[in-house]
Amino acid sequence: MADKIRETISAASKPAPGEAGRTGDWRSQTPFIDHDKCSQKDTCLLCWLYCPDGVVGRDFPLEIDLEYCKGCGICAEECPREAITMAEGKTRDDVA
Amino acid sequence: MTDIRIITANEAAAVAASLCGVQVIAAYPITPQTPVTEALAGMVESGELKAEYLTVESEHSAMASVIAASQVGARVFTATSANGLLYMHEMLHWAAGSRVPVVMACVNRGVGAPWTILNDQQDSISQRDTGWIQLYCRNSQEVTDTVIQAYRIAEHVNVPVMVCYDGFVLSHASTPVDIPDREDVDRYLPRWAGVPGISLDSCMNVNPLILSEPRQFPDGDLMPGYMDLRYRLQEDLVAALETIETADREFESLFGRSWGGLLWEYRMEDAEHALVSMGSLASESTLAADDMRRQGLRVGVIGVRAYRPFPAGRLVSALASVKTVTVFEKDISYGYGGAVAMDLKAALFDTELRPRFSSFVAGLGGRDVTPEQLVRAATAAITEEPVHGWIDVRGR
Repeated sequence: MADKIRETISAASKPAPGEAGRTGDWRSQTPFIDHDKCSQKDTCLLCWLYCPDGVVGRDFPLEIDLEYCKGCGICAEECPREAITMAEGKTRDDVA
Repeated sequence: MTDIRIITANEAAAVAASLCGVQVIAAYPITPQTPVTEALAGMVESGELKAEYLTVESEHSAMASVIAASQVGARVFTATSANGLLYMHEMLHWAAGSRVPVVMACVNRGVGAPWTILNDQQDSISQRDTGWIQLYCRNSQEVTDTVIQAYRIAEHVNVPVMVCYDGFVLSHASTPVDIPDREDVDRYLPRWAGVPGISLDSCMNVNPLILSEPRQFPDGDLMPGYMDLRYRLQEDLVAALETIETADREFESLFGRSWGGLLWEYRMEDAEHALVSMGSLASESTLAADDMRRQGLRVGVIGVRAYRPFPAGRLVSALASVKTVTVFEKDISYGYGGAVAMDLKAALFDTELRPRFSSFVAGLGGRDVTPEQLVRAATAAITEEPVHGWIDVRGR
């Protein structure tokens, strides 16, 4: 371990979830999915495609990983069925 | 069989990069560097050089491209001058901080405004604090050999190297150059193993957006933070003083030519007065020294080859018995003085040595500097009063 630290000369790390910390902490708005409005078809998945943090899943009903979702709202903006809405608050509990 | 060609320093730099088997080249043309890019593009086009040649839209992109290619293990090369080099400035810091062994030819040219395409060394001196190694050459043979040495140095200490040579004075002047044998270059430059800690088998996230202090590796280990990594860069640059000397010694044993490592000396054995300079101006100073010796002054010359890391120890040893030091340089830190003169004075202050010290800024924007002008300036500085001045400023 000591050798590994001594040999470290550049900021390189294995890409891994949470490499930049739990970015869900940054969130001031939280996304909600109305699964009845969602097409539930993998021919859509625009929310998954546009999410800059890769936190939207591909299995239906869709889930968003709130550990890392920064609450940017891009998924809500892009959803053609307006199935995703943003609500003030860091967690779903805050909102509820 | 000896292969001697009559070529310019620009062609020499391109041939040397090719001999080193560079795999990725990204460059944007700018006078007086353009012939380097043309020569390399021609070699890639003809198939003589098996490399990827990226035609980029700017110098910033050129440096970003070679940094990325270097991070995945390619041997890379680029070249630029003047305002192109300044446009790279952000990426120069990035290359050094990422510890990639990029080698770049800097064909020294004055910086605008006002525009000049002619030679001085303000461009590379202005990049002094980016963490790059800077080597200054005095002729096309040294450019050839220094590009080859630069890969050896860069890949040993994981610090990028800038090989600097004067625009037009060297870049466009044809002289005979002994081209090293490809197999000897391969022997001198073993295949590079890549940046430590990064491999294609284990793709790494390099320079993550968030770098906490200290940062945590995904497996939980605490790794060095920003300041610790920067300290290592400084430590390794200082250690590179020895690497530069070794690279030159080993080059000599294989190719029979030495360029002095960190610096070279001319008639310094019994010198009472030292002229100190870099690049072609240092070569020219040897003519001034000869002339001054004919007039009874015991003058020698020290050519600074490595400007960063600064060879303070070797300079102090070389100046141990002189009475005066006169620095000639083609750059200035505006508002104070010449960069080489300031660094050299600082090095002397750490010792008991107190030679009478003069310095001159000369040849900015390609203004011709003659040996006679150097003789006049140095003779006055030695025999009258020490002075910090400029040579041949008109209309004052």
